[in-house]
Amino acid sequence: MKKTLITSAIAIASTLSVTSQAQAEELTISCGAVGAELTLCQEGVAAWEEKTGHSVDVVSTPNSSTERLSLYQQILSANSSDIDVMQIDVVWPGLLANHLLDLREVLGDDAAAGHFDTIVTNNTINERLVAMPWFTDAGVLYYREDLLEKYGHEAPTTWQELTEIAREIQNAERAAGKEGMQGYVFQGRAYEGLTVNALEWVASFGGGNVVETDGEISINNEHAAEALDLAASWIGDISPNGVLNYTEEEARGVFQSGGAVFMRNWPYAWALAQSEDSDVRGKVGVTQLPAGGENGQSAAGLGGWNLAVSRYSEHPELAADLVAFLTGEEEQKRRAIQASYNPTIDALYQDDEVLEAVPFFGTLYDTFVNAVARPSAPTGDAYGRVSNAFFSTTHDVLSGTKDGTQAVADLEDELARLKRRNW
Amino acid sequence: MSTSIKHDDAPAGARSFTTKPRRGTKVRRQRVKAAWLFLAPMLIALTLVAGWPLVRTFFLSFTDASLSDLGAANLIGFENYLVYDDGSWYGVLADSVWWQSVWNTVYFSVVSVSLEVVFGVIVALILNAEFKGRVIVRAAVLIPWAIPTIVSAQMWAWMLNDQFGIINHLLMSVGIIDAPIAWTANAVYSMWAVIMVDVWKTIPFVALLVLAALQMLPKDCYEAAEVDGIHPLRVFFKVTLPLITPALMVAVIFRLLDALRVFDVIYVLTSNSTSTMSMSVYARQQLVEFQDVGYGSAASTLLFLIIALATVAYLYVGRKQIQLGGD
Repeated sequence: MKKTLITSAIAIASTLSVTSQAQAEELTISCGAVGAELTLCQEGVAAWEEKTGHSVDVVSTPNSSTERLSLYQQILSANSSDIDVMQIDVVWPGLLANHLLDLREVLGDDAAAGHFDTIVTNNTINERLVAMPWFTDAGVLYYREDLLEKYGHEAPTTWQELTEIAREIQNAERAAGKEGMQGYVFQGRAYEGLTVNALEWVASFGGGNVVETDGEISINNEHAAEALDLAASWIGDISPNGVLNYTEEEARGVFQSGGAVFMRNWPYAWALAQSEDSDVRGKVGVTQLPAGGENGQSAAGLGGWNLAVSRYSEHPELAADLVAFLTGEEEQKRRAIQASYNPTIDALYQDDEVLEAVPFFGTLYDTFVNAVARPSAPTGDAYGRVSNAFFSTTHDVLSGTKDGTQAVADLEDELARLKRRNW
Repeated sequence: MSTSIKHDDAPAGARSFTTKPRRGTKVRRQRVKAAWLFLAPMLIALTLVAGWPLVRTFFLSFTDASLSDLGAANLIGFENYLVYDDGSWYGVLADSVWWQSVWNTVYFSVVSVSLEVVFGVIVALILNAEFKGRVIVRAAVLIPWAIPTIVSAQMWAWMLNDQFGIINHLLMSVGIIDAPIAWTANAVYSMWAVIMVDVWKTIPFVALLVLAALQMLPKDCYEAAEVDGIHPLRVFFKVTLPLITPALMVAVIFRLLDALRVFDVIYVLTSNSTSTMSMSVYARQQLVEFQDVGYGSAASTLLFLIIALATVAYLYVGRKQIQLGGD
């Protein structure tokens, strides 16, 4: 009895001492939960909490970027102060700019100095820096080094080569008893991720960027049709039918448990594939995505995430300080070494510790710098519809209800309709 | 014989409920007053929580409101519904994806509700029988209905997964299929996967309503049937089924309304895929994903009208049937 009294007295005293530091504010940050993202985010936030004495609540959001955008739009359109700092996709700054704080106002004019210029430009809407670059992304090809060696192949440089190697190894492995072996896994669900995958196929075949920077609709061409037809031929051959419902994590699940020869994914999957509980630890190679045929070139889709502060935040300065800390050089370096997230600070690509942890950051540097952007700039507010039309049509082709030629013609009509009404 | 039974059972009871006291009496006036008094709080609450959003949705469907700036909406008349511009038609009614989603919804509703009624009656008949451990079985049957749809749908999504799902594993181990099927990804199977999950979830609901009706059935006519040596199937179709029809009608209308506005099970299992997209999924996509509140509200309004029409048609047909059966 006495003991409980004492302990409760201590508890009350400590509560009082916490509340007496009335300046200690509570912030809320929403960050992704794909791969190791959430843990990393929590660690980074904890470091800031220790440094400043404020507390931060980390909320996790849906893995699918399409759904995450919807969530943000609902919160922001209600002018809600529920979330102070948001992790936003590289294609969203234009859509959300009205609701976001100009970070240069709070952090000073050189807030984004040293970060990749392209991303800073991307995040600057009407001369307002609405988001700080956090990490950049470009699609890369993962392959099973051990299997390729076993069957005497080099990493493929064209999609056709990939198809043949994948088929050969898949069939041989299945015959040898690994019945679940798949040739190639990627993101085939009808969502934003398929837009990136399909853009990579089309662009690598020289089929353009769906909508060019001047707003011209370029998808209706034979290269694009050829690219989509090749992708459709994978389904049920080197890719499982279920790939039509895969996002990043489903694909990684199959690859990391040793169930696939090739995988298209973002760099984050590297650190996880090399982690201790991974079935393919030490057997994985990473290279640039294949080119579309002899005359094509490799095209990696540009991804990446930024941190933005909501205009409705009750502590904008504090929130901006948290953003500056998380996107700073030290934190980006930690994230690169620990979980292979691409820094947005150029200098880190020459950092020895980073290169040792993630060797392909050095060899694929050009891929990361020259990644192909989705047509979000020329289509503006209509990007959501454009992307939806593109991934739906691609999904139709993959599931065999349309052929490539038909699909690109239909898509051109659809986009022309959207263009006349919305952009 | 059948007429005499009908007078004893539930609908007959319902009829005595609606028997009206003579007009103009004092008692009647007092009763009406009291009734309105008791109804008032509910009517006010309904106006606030259901009426206002509905009116607002109607209104927004005639504007070009956008989620990024709801305040700056202009009235644009029927443009969100249908408009002829520059040689082609625009609007929800000109959108092939909308019509696809209407067809998907109707198909889903008719098939799943029919299956639920059939299986629900079968389950209810089983539960109505006397056997040991009946109480436990009755409670167990309720579990699918008790789990929130969003949870059970995700559970099924994992079970139906093509690589690690248990359904494929089971089917393959008994030799029904020789390669895993991508239930939720393949357009051929995805609608059936959705229907299957919905049927699994809502059989208990139908079964419960039917069971309640079965418990109220008079025992004597079954005894009579047994004495006469009539085949149980004939007894079911000639006695049981007509007697539980009122309960079935209630179950069907509830399920139909639910099925026409289906969202969660489809969204969790197959996301935005057009092969299973329902009207609600379509409306959500326009409203939230494309930020087009005006256009999305038009889709929602049409959804409301379709459901209202279906309800009225069903009630009309249902009343006709009951009257025909009753006379």
